[in-house]
Amino acid sequence: MLRRTFLGMLGATCVGASLPAGAEAAGKEFKGYPGSKGVLFDATRCIGCRKCEAACNKVNKLPAPEKSFDDLAVLDTKRRTDAKTHTVVNKYGTPEHPVFRKSQCNHCLEPACASACFVKAFKKLPNGAVVYDESVCVGCRYCMVACPFEIPTYEYDEPLTPRVMKCDMCAPRQAKGQLPGCVAECPKEALVFGTRDELIKIARERIRRNPDRYVDHLYGEDEMGGTSWLYLSGVPFNEIGMREDLGTKSAPELTAGALAAVPMVAGLWPVLLGGIYAVSKRNSKVADEERKEAVENAIAKASAEAEKTLSEALEKADVANKRQIEVEVKKAVEEALKPAEEEEAENSEKEES
Amino acid sequence: MSTPANNGPKSAFNTFNLVAGAILLVGLVLTVLRFTQGIGPVTNLDDNNPWGIWIGFDLLCGVALAAGGYTTSAACYIFGLKRFHSAVRPAILTAFLGYALVVFALQYDLGRPWRLPYPIFVSQGTTSLLFEVGLCVMLYLTVLFVEFTPAMFEWLGWKKIRKVVMKLTLVLTIFGVVLSTLHQSSLGALYTIAPSKLHPLWYSPYMPLYFFVSSIAAGMSMVIFEGSMSHKKLHRMMDEEYLKHHDGVVFGFGKAAALVLFGYFFIKVMGVAYDNNWHYLTSGYGLLFLTEILGFVALPCFLYGVGVRDRNLGLIKKASIITVLGIVFNRFNVSMVAFNYHLPASERYFPSMIEIGISVFIVTLGVVIFRFITTRMPIFFEHPDYKGDH
Repeated sequence: MLRRTFLGMLGATCVGASLPAGAEAAGKEFKGYPGSKGVLFDATRCIGCRKCEAACNKVNKLPAPEKSFDDLAVLDTKRRTDAKTHTVVNKYGTPEHPVFRKSQCNHCLEPACASACFVKAFKKLPNGAVVYDESVCVGCRYCMVACPFEIPTYEYDEPLTPRVMKCDMCAPRQAKGQLPGCVAECPKEALVFGTRDELIKIARERIRRNPDRYVDHLYGEDEMGGTSWLYLSGVPFNEIGMREDLGTKSAPELTAGALAAVPMVAGLWPVLLGGIYAVSKRNSKVADEERKEAVENAIAKASAEAEKTLSEALEKADVANKRQIEVEVKKAVEEALKPAEEEEAENSEKEES
Repeated sequence: MSTPANNGPKSAFNTFNLVAGAILLVGLVLTVLRFTQGIGPVTNLDDNNPWGIWIGFDLLCGVALAAGGYTTSAACYIFGLKRFHSAVRPAILTAFLGYALVVFALQYDLGRPWRLPYPIFVSQGTTSLLFEVGLCVMLYLTVLFVEFTPAMFEWLGWKKIRKVVMKLTLVLTIFGVVLSTLHQSSLGALYTIAPSKLHPLWYSPYMPLYFFVSSIAAGMSMVIFEGSMSHKKLHRMMDEEYLKHHDGVVFGFGKAAALVLFGYFFIKVMGVAYDNNWHYLTSGYGLLFLTEILGFVALPCFLYGVGVRDRNLGLIKKASIITVLGIVFNRFNVSMVAFNYHLPASERYFPSMIEIGISVFIVTLGVVIFRFITTRMPIFFEHPDYKGDH
């Protein structure tokens, strides 16, 4: 009884724990919340003024940078976002024809960070923003491993309350009907805020009107299942530090197989192992019985043989004994008769004389 | 009398205690550093390399090398190979300590370690493979603890509760294999989310399977390796029963490990074929990959085979060492060397001395506790009160 209940509980826990994950991951293609917002970045319009960086710093009340945002020499070295910087602009291309590219969280439609987080600290909001809740974060940093765009950063210097830091598409400002800080400050309209569907149309229109100016690709439309930030560029995207080998599978799709196997293992392994146990137990039982039987047979055979030998020996002994007795009797008779014969002979001799 | 005398170490100031004591002392200092300064100042981790040696070694290798627990108990109780019985207790103890130390080591790596129960009790992120790892490790640690308790109860003389636990053996074993299958493979599956970061020779949709199968070889090799180490250092604690079966266990596990490594070698090659990654084999990473599967999978597989055929105990023990090193090599490759292969050399990760120090500290702690327990509790010998009772 105990064993069966226990196995049942085991099955229930494992399957129960894994089912929602499996079901969600193996779900149909998700093309984002309808009407969700996004930002279109046009690299052909960006002049690398770093106004967006300054705005981001101000809006998010981040610590002041070492060098002021007016210092454009910073652009000569490649930078990435960090715990104190939610967005950076990098310079690519040749000195004569520099190309600038802004980077920040791309707010994936199906975010790798949210899918990877084991405490649901990340959430994709219907308005498009991917937000982070530090109140449950354990600080495992799997989100950073998972993010294909290398965006989440970590407060490594914080001994007790480190947070994962990244752009939240100014979700609080959006809630108040304001533009994200960077978009509001951009002097060249390199950033456009709107619903993702509209942005795709705008981008397609720009490419259609100026086919010579743009590469015919809207980065972020399909990459990693699609992102809320979209990019237009005049040069191939890998030349402005954007990976073109990410594929179009979203993070949940990548892990769906592994997650789907969980309930199967939890369901089938006990059956398989129980079966193996039963077979091996049965085998050893049969082997035991056979051994016992063989031993019994051997004993029976041996005792039968022993008996036979004994009786044969006895018989032989009997015969031998009889013969001996006969011989002895004969001898005795002979010996008994001898004196009589001698007497007889003596007597007859006497008679003759 | 077959039960060895409980003499304990001859003097408290032997070489082992002095070295271990020094390491533990340094470890304590580093621990204080870590929890007062934060992760940043003591490690070389950064935003591009969030996971270092504390995950690559302490977690990934720790869990794989503790796989002897489920492989040995499954062989003995499920597959009915009773001759492995003497190896079960040392293997269970190693596994229990291994997992306990994995969880302990995790405290160093986590930003807010006291929130470790959160994924299970506060906010369940069920879409995460790390959630599965966490849940299974927690449950399996409990299973291992219960499986270990009979030795403790015998030591304490608590007969009734020991009897109850002994009755659960089969259920616990099955539970243990299920949980091990799940979390061993999930550790590999953790990386399936990052195809763009892990080198194609190591990235594969089969990664969960690779991690699971290699954990079996790792577990069995650890039982052989550890058995021979204990044989040298803890011989006085072993009874005739254990010693009588020791060679048989080594041969049995050697044979099984040869088979598992054989299968593992082929599924690794099939992984390369599946993604048509042959052309990478001629690159630098290809050389690394070939070293891994030829030198640390095919070679020990062959050595195990020859060792079993020739009844050569020494060769089998050598093969076990190569296999153990191979697992460490593989886990390092996946988590650190082949991970972030696309980054320029200047942005790559190499562990700091403090990170390595903490890892050494944790391994030492494990050895010390193992010694403490095996020199007191009936691990390598049968308790006189419970002879032949299994």
